[in-house]
Amino acid sequence: MSELSELYQEVILEHNKNPRNFREIESPDRTADGNNPLCGDALRVYVKLDGDTVTDVAFKGSGCAISKASASMMTQFVKGKSREEAEVIFDEFHRMVTGELNAEAEENHLGRLKIFAGVLEFPARVKCASLSWHTLHAALQGEGEVTTE
Amino acid sequence: MKAVKEMTSWDVEAIRKDFPVLSRTVNEKPLVYLDNSASSQVPQTVIDRTSKYLAEEHSNIHRGVHYLSQHATTAYEAAREKVKRFINAGDAKECIFVRGTTEGINLVAYSYGRKFIGEGDEIILSAMEHHSNIVPWQIVAEERGAKIRVIPMNERGELIIEEYDKLLNERTKIVAIAHVSNSLGTVNPIKEMIATAHKFGVPVLVDAAQSVPHFPVDVQDLDADFFVFSGHKIFAPTASGIVYGKREWLDAMPPYQTGGGMIRTVSFEKTTYAPIPEKFEAGTPGIAAGIGLGAAIDYLNALDFEAAAEYEHSLLEYATARLSDIPEVKIIGTAANKASVLSFTIEGIHPHDIGTILDQQGIAVRAGHHCAQPVMQFFDVPATARASFAFYNTKEEVDKLADSIQKVIEVFA
Ligand SMILES: Cc1ncc(COP(=O)(O)O)c(C=O)c1O
Repeated sequence: MSELSELYQEVILEHNKNPRNFREIESPDRTADGNNPLCGDALRVYVKLDGDTVTDVAFKGSGCAISKASASMMTQFVKGKSREEAEVIFDEFHRMVTGELNAEAEENHLGRLKIFAGVLEFPARVKCASLSWHTLHAALQGEGEVTTE
Repeated sequence: MKAVKEMTSWDVEAIRKDFPVLSRTVNEKPLVYLDNSASSQVPQTVIDRTSKYLAEEHSNIHRGVHYLSQHATTAYEAAREKVKRFINAGDAKECIFVRGTTEGINLVAYSYGRKFIGEGDEIILSAMEHHSNIVPWQIVAEERGAKIRVIPMNERGELIIEEYDKLLNERTKIVAIAHVSNSLGTVNPIKEMIATAHKFGVPVLVDAAQSVPHFPVDVQDLDADFFVFSGHKIFAPTASGIVYGKREWLDAMPPYQTGGGMIRTVSFEKTTYAPIPEKFEAGTPGIAAGIGLGAAIDYLNALDFEAAAEYEHSLLEYATARLSDIPEVKIIGTAANKASVLSFTIEGIHPHDIGTILDQQGIAVRAGHHCAQPVMQFFDVPATARASFAFYNTKEEVDKLADSIQKVIEVFA
C-alpha cells in the first residue's frame, strides 16, 4: 500500500473529513462553478477581493476525498495572497500534478500543497486534485464556469 | 449473514484458464476483475480466431472476387448466422452488425424516428436507462416535435408497471427500455411490457447490452421489435455489436449511415438501396470484431450457459449477503429480480476513493455515474461503486472485495 498511502495521506484524509472554508460567502466578488462530469464532482468557489488581495475564499459542493482536500487546502493557501500570487500557485500546482514540475527538485511556492504530487501515480485522479484550482482560476479570470474531463 | 444457496457444480477454475488476462497481476496483486458490465474479458479461443483472421484471412468483405475477400466474407456472414441462432432471430438478415449498443440505438432512433415519429408523438423510456438510450431519443424528439415520457421506478429500482400501462396511448410511437439496468442490475419484465405495447401497435426497442451477458435470450419469444447489444460485453472484442430488428420494420425504415456497401444502384439523380442487412451497413465494418463475436458465441454455446447463469446468480447472492453485513455499505438497486450487478455506496466515502483503493488491491470495479445520471439523481448520490460479475469470478474474489471494502472503511475511519 506504499503508493496508496502516498495518495491518501493523513493530511488529505483529515481535510476530507473537516474541510476548511467549506461554506458560502455572502455577496462574493467572484464565483465560479467547477464540474468534473466523469466523476460527478461539482463545486463552487467563492472569492472576496480587496483590491488585488484575496481576502476570503471558500467553497461548497461534493466530491471525492482528493478533490475536497485539495479545495480545502487551496482556500487556506491563497487567503491573503494577491491575485497574481494565486495565479502563480495555480500554474505551479497544475504543472506539478501533470508531471511538468518536479516540486521536490525545482523551485516553487507550493509548500504544503506538494503532497498532491502523489496523484501523479493515479492518472485517473489528477482531475480531482486540480478541479478546485481550475475553478479558482476561472473565478479570478471572471469566467464563471469550468469543466475538466 | 443470510444463508445462501450452495453453489452449483460449476468448474470455475477450469473456466478461468480459458481467459488469459485472469491470471495476470495488477499492482502486484492477482487481478480481481469485477467490471464485467463495462467490458467482459476475452477467452483464448476468441483471441485465436481474431488473430487467425488478421494473420491469414484479412481483406475487405463483399468487394472482391479474389480468394481472401470471399473467405473473409464467408467468415463474417458465418458470424451473422451464429448471432441469429444465439438470439433466435427468425432470419440472419434481421441481424445488423454495428459498432455496439450505442451505435445500434442511434441507428434505430434516427432511422425509425425520421419515418415514424412526428409532431405531438410520444416516446416512452424508463427511469433507469443508460445515456445511450436517452440522448438519441431526445434529439429525435426535438427534431420531430415529439415528447419523451418516462416510466418511473420505485426505491428498490423496479419499474412501476402500472405507470407504464398508463403512459401508453395512441400517440406512443416507440418504447425503448433496458432489459437489464447497468447501474442497478434490475431485470425488467420486458416480455410483458412488449405484449402491452403491442396492444397499442407500438414497437419496442430492448437495450440488451446487460442481459445477453447474463442469461440466454430469445427475441422471438420476447417478441422484441428491436434488440440491441454489444460484443465487448459478451466476451468478444470491442467494436462489434448487433441490432436485431423485425424484417417488417427494417424494410420500412430508411438507411441510417449511407455510402458504400448499402446501395443497389447510384446515379447523381437517384440511389436505390440494398436490401437488409446491407441497407444498414454502410462502409467497411469491424470485420475482425464481427468474426470475434461469432467466436465468442461459439464459446458460450460450448458452455452450459444456463448453468453459468445460475452460478453467476449464486455469486450475486453471496456478494449481496457479504456486503449487506457491512453496516456502512448501502446497496443501490435491490430489485427482486436482478442480474449480477452490485452497485453500492459507503457512508461518507466517495466512490472514486473506493475505486482507487480497491484498485490498489488488484480489484477492478467501476466508480461513477455509469452513464445513468438520472438514476444517480433518483437515489440522490453523486455516483456509486459497482461490482459486476461474470461466470469466471469466484467466491474467493467476492471475499477479497468484501475484505477490501473493510480496509477502505478503515483508511477513512
Ligand atoms: C444498458 C447499456 N446500454 C448501452 C450501453 C452502451 O454500450 P456501448 O458502450 O457498447 O455502445 C451500455 C454499456 O455501457 C449499457 O450498459
